[in-house]
Amino acid sequence: MSNKTAVKRPTAQKDMTKAQWTWKEMKKNKVAYLMIAPFMILFFIFTVWPVLLSIALSFTDFNMLEMPNLVWVDNYIRLFLDDDIFLLAAQNTLIFACITGPVSYIMALLIAWFINELGPKLRSVVTLIFYAPSISGSVYLVWQTLFSSDSYGWVNGTLINLGWIDDPILFFQDADYIMPLCIVVALWTSLGTAFLSFIAGLQNVPRHLYEAGAVDGVKNRWQEFWYITLPYMRPQLMFGAVLSITQSFGFGGVVTALCGFPSVDYAAHTIMHHLDDYGGQRYEMGYASAIAVILFVVMIGANTIIKKGLSKIGQ
Amino acid sequence: MAKLRTRKHKVVLSRSTGGDFGINLFLVIMGAFMFLPMYYVIMQSLKPLDELWMFPPRFYVENPTLSNFSDLFTLMSDNYVPFSRYIFNTVFVSVTGTFGNLLLSSMAAYALAKLKFPGRKFLFQLVVKSLMFHQTVTAIANFLTMSTLHWLDSYLALIVPAFCTSMGLYLMKQFMETGVSTEVLESARLDGASEFRTFWVIAMPMVKPAWLTLMIESFKNLWNSGNSIYIYSEQLKTFNYAINQIVTGGIARAGVGAASTVIMMIVPITVFIICQSNVIETMGSSGMKD
Repeated sequence: MSNKTAVKRPTAQKDMTKAQWTWKEMKKNKVAYLMIAPFMILFFIFTVWPVLLSIALSFTDFNMLEMPNLVWVDNYIRLFLDDDIFLLAAQNTLIFACITGPVSYIMALLIAWFINELGPKLRSVVTLIFYAPSISGSVYLVWQTLFSSDSYGWVNGTLINLGWIDDPILFFQDADYIMPLCIVVALWTSLGTAFLSFIAGLQNVPRHLYEAGAVDGVKNRWQEFWYITLPYMRPQLMFGAVLSITQSFGFGGVVTALCGFPSVDYAAHTIMHHLDDYGGQRYEMGYASAIAVILFVVMIGANTIIKKGLSKIGQ
Repeated sequence: MAKLRTRKHKVVLSRSTGGDFGINLFLVIMGAFMFLPMYYVIMQSLKPLDELWMFPPRFYVENPTLSNFSDLFTLMSDNYVPFSRYIFNTVFVSVTGTFGNLLLSSMAAYALAKLKFPGRKFLFQLVVKSLMFHQTVTAIANFLTMSTLHWLDSYLALIVPAFCTSMGLYLMKQFMETGVSTEVLESARLDGASEFRTFWVIAMPMVKPAWLTLMIESFKNLWNSGNSIYIYSEQLKTFNYAINQIVTGGIARAGVGAASTVIMMIVPITVFIICQSNVIETMGSSGMKD
């Protein structure tokens, strides 16, 4: 990640300093800056600036009414030492992310791989079936109908009919059921852009590689997958990993829609909910910013670690 | 050495029957897990009242009816904000946001992919980094920005941030790297075409799959955007928000809730069916190099 220009400096202009040369290149490419300007200005306002502002505000007690005072790391100390609900939220978020992230990633990869062996017509139908839940908006609310807390919910109705239970289970009000159910629903909506990227990546692997592999002694499809397919589609695997990680930390909306906010006994309370609670409801912006910064650091950290791991595939 | 079977001089990759069976079984089970809830919504939306209240609940419908859909319209027209207003909001926000995103992202992507200027690597890396964190991180600060700009409770708060999605720029840039031939651009420039003209007339038609993909990505996000913290007025809320209110309204409205969910999902799914092959083509270049 360097901001050095990729263009090689022509040898004839070696007498110029780097700054002079850069400035000359910049003037020559005015049009290029003009073209990226609209996007980049908005990008800085709505994506880069918020991160910087959050970091700055996290060291203050800003509450939207009074001038902010510098409180240094008080917000962070309060989060980790005084706020039991934050610790619970952090724990829930990690459980949620550590399950949904890897599982949805592997699920997307396996399904994409298996789909790849189907014929083109069947493949597009099956792709649609798997992809549909992730683009259909609030359709995940159907799980509330399926697991509804009275006998008209399909699951309770069936269980009662079979005589397994006498009274309906209050799935979304019972702390024991909330997390597993939310994870299942999150997984159900998780086959999104990464999944499509895997499908495309698999289609791009040239067939002659497989044929050469078969000649070279690849015995079965698992070896073929490990030694040929995965190394070839490593760029897609990277892209998919980034999306899966980001997604696995962002399922707060699904949880709120299913179990309300706050959930019973905070059983599905995540960092996102905590952030929303302090930022969106109590307007303790300094404290909320500290939460946002922690979330930011965790996500970037997870991405860095996973990227390192993935770069080892096929090496 | 693997046993090589050849048919018509072509190497046949070794596939075990057991493996084939296992894979298909897995696909069927996972497919059922994905499909049945969708199917259940559709069935619910077609059930007449007595079937909705039937015990035990059934996965099929005996006398399909469209009354839930007409009830939805009646119910929404009694609302303080007319039904059509929610739909207008969603369509308006989706269309303008998508159009702006397409224009700004492609223009920036073209410059990043095809023009060489100091800082382009740094800017692109910044965009890639921003794919790594979820929007919740920026929500608080954006709320403050919106309030400074006096954009709270206006369409601008929903539309303008949608103009600059990192995902849109990323996909478009990756696709342009390979999808637009530099030679053609060179010859256009030699003919005296300005850079903007080259971009618009030469490069854009070459990346049709990418802009269709971008449109779907952006449209999907905007269409499904629900309760935004930037919007207070009921008149500016989206269709998705209104639907969530109905669905969470309780069992009495189960059929109507299902009907509205069906309406919500039909649009993105139809758009995807039309563009599927283009989307897959674009995703082929979506890989991250390092």
